[in-house]
Amino acid sequence: MSIIVNHVDHIYNPGTVFEKKALNDVTFSVENGEYIGLVGRTGSGKSTLVTHLNGLMKPTGGGIYYDGVDISSDGYDIKALRGKVGLVFQYPEHQLFEEDVFADVCFGPKNLGLKETEIELRAYEALKAVGIKDEQFYVSPFDLSGGEKRRVAIAGVLAMKPEVLVLDEPCAGLDPAGREEILALADHLHSSLNITVIIVSHSMDDLAEHVERILVMNDGMLVMDAPTRVVFGHRAELEAMGLAVPEVTAILSDLKKAGLPVRDDLITIEEARSEILRVFGK
Amino acid sequence: MNFLEAKKVIFEYVRRGKDGEVDGFKRAIDEVDLDISQGDFIAILGPNGSGKSTLAKHFNSLLHPTEGTIYVDGCDTTDADKIWDIRKSVGMVFQNPENQMIGTIVEEDVAFAPENIGIDPEEIKQRVRESLVMVEMQDHRKSSPSKLSGGQKQRVAIAGVLAMHPKCIVLDEPTAMLDPEGRREVIRAVRALNDVENITIILITHNMEEAVYADRIYVMKDGRIAMSGTPREIFSRVEELEECRLTVPQVTKLAYELRKGGLDIPSGILTREELCRAICR
Repeated sequence: MSIIVNHVDHIYNPGTVFEKKALNDVTFSVENGEYIGLVGRTGSGKSTLVTHLNGLMKPTGGGIYYDGVDISSDGYDIKALRGKVGLVFQYPEHQLFEEDVFADVCFGPKNLGLKETEIELRAYEALKAVGIKDEQFYVSPFDLSGGEKRRVAIAGVLAMKPEVLVLDEPCAGLDPAGREEILALADHLHSSLNITVIIVSHSMDDLAEHVERILVMNDGMLVMDAPTRVVFGHRAELEAMGLAVPEVTAILSDLKKAGLPVRDDLITIEEARSEILRVFGK
Repeated sequence: MNFLEAKKVIFEYVRRGKDGEVDGFKRAIDEVDLDISQGDFIAILGPNGSGKSTLAKHFNSLLHPTEGTIYVDGCDTTDADKIWDIRKSVGMVFQNPENQMIGTIVEEDVAFAPENIGIDPEEIKQRVRESLVMVEMQDHRKSSPSKLSGGQKQRVAIAGVLAMHPKCIVLDEPTAMLDPEGRREVIRAVRALNDVENITIILITHNMEEAVYADRIYVMKDGRIAMSGTPREIFSRVEELEECRLTVPQVTKLAYELRKGGLDIPSGILTREELCRAICR
């Protein structure tokens, strides 16, 4: 499913003293199967943008198009769109509520009015996709670890068979191994299931190792939209916005400043390792 | 006696079934010993569910040990007569600052706790002013907390604790929800309180970079202290950390890879400056 966000504005409380332009002329497009990171300071408009993507909020100006069709147009099936564009909010495990894991994952597809067998098949596939073991299917979701709970919550969205999946801070509060598990899951959904994945994150190190393209929001505006490597080449601009480059990129640029002839447009540990060793002829 | 001493502390949660009957016990803290001096900066690391937050709630008497004892500033935390003294001397800051904000403007919010214990209004004004200066939020004293960034909110939450004149602040993942600048602001404020005011800091975090500044790190696993030492000691034990679902800072990881690749770099590198010095020397 291709997405076009065309000159989208969103103004909260228009005409009052509390008027705030949360989105200001935001334009970009996303092809089917892309892997994108969305960054920006708190309050920069990321969450407002994300809630526009499945029609939870409507633009006050401009339009959003899926496969060329304006989702604000009369008669557009917004309910079907919400099945196709899955939103996983921060701390999605707070939304778990059923008696067991399997029932919880069935909740979404049940509301689509599908047949019992189809619902159960979808729940089974979704739980398998997020790596939950069979013996955990019938335990209470509240007896799982933090990382497992979060994966069950993501399975609940996957069972809707989304074509686009937006993960808002999917790693917040998880231990380093748990972070890696969630990001490996995002990789898998992107590469094996060809789902368009958009990750909202404050961790530049995580994004550097995973996504292919980064959108940067600042003060309601989309200020950068480029391949990951290109975005992280703008250290000064990012830092001025209260953001950062990956730690290894910062190290390379420090080394360059100190006079070592290294490239400073590299973003992963593996790349930095090879580059520094190359300079020393190792 | 040290500021905070834990002796063979055990804490068990009661698990209950659907009808509220006792289903069993879960040992969240398992024979933990701690010895923390006034003015120490301690980081506690560990995987989700390892007991870090449960342990932290023992430090200001929100939870009491099932077995063993904890002394804070010479008081047993189970001593009902001392509970308010303990809570005055140990302040807590949690992950989401919004959960601990009450006032409609920053000043009011910071004044809330001292007002509750009946401190003289003039004294409160002074405490609020000093606390906001310490976290560099004095310019926002008349702002609504809802208008602040995440890092600013968290610093206001810290100021609220400071207004109680604590000897120790326990911060439970204070930067988990913050953007990079917010993280920097909060960690800078915390380090300054430790350096300048000699406040004991106990920082619980999943961010290895933040633990680098600690005097000592404790790593928890399954309710026990699995490792303890200086950051340099802890972060040179990569494999053990990975068994605890943890990792080392990015800089340390890169330094380790470079050493394996044949560069002459000392072990235990923790900061960007150290690594640059080692490479460019």
